[in-house]
Amino acid sequence: MDPAVAERIRRDIADNDVVLYMKGSPVFPQCGFSAAVVQVLTHLGVKFKGIDILVDPGLRDGIKQFANWPTIPQLYVKGEFVGGCDIVREMYQAGELQQLLTDKGIKIEAAA
Amino acid sequence: MDYATRMRTKLTEALHPVRLEIEDDSARHAGHGGANPQGESHFNLTVVSAAFEALSRLARQRLVYGIVADELAERVHALSLRTLTPAEDGENPVK
Repeated sequence: MDPAVAERIRRDIADNDVVLYMKGSPVFPQCGFSAAVVQVLTHLGVKFKGIDILVDPGLRDGIKQFANWPTIPQLYVKGEFVGGCDIVREMYQAGELQQLLTDKGIKIEAAA
Repeated sequence: MDYATRMRTKLTEALHPVRLEIEDDSARHAGHGGANPQGESHFNLTVVSAAFEALSRLARQRLVYGIVADELAERVHALSLRTLTPAEDGENPVK
């Protein structure tokens, strides 16, 4: 993959505790799967950086290679790939996402 | 061969699932970016297999994505995955 794209991804996930690569923006998601993850994070009151991959074809391909994961959205916490929509939803329902965020020292506001 | 059948064949060979459900959900996504006008772009998959035992959620989905990598590259835009072991399937019966 393009080294510049890889470098940008590494910087984004290093500089931000919670990063969501998604289609559209957190306010206007362009895809139901991205919207579902935004909803979970919003419900938990977690501050996150949403990165719209639709506006950057290089990033759109690059992020799939970066995580070796073929689909969007992709959630990263403290630089670590957590999963896509299904995994985030399952973890949230099981309380595991809340646990992961708390373990990583990330503030969640909602009582889930 | 349609994509659902291709995926079913490959997943059956690789994972010997005790239960495998492939639901074409493309109609619900028609018209949005990534939806293929010919259909077969979005699927819901439930795979119940002993092969998932001791694997994390990520590892299970990676395994499935790897098996149907060609289908994803050619046509399939989104897979919604439920990956369960037989024991977990017993605990979480599908509604």
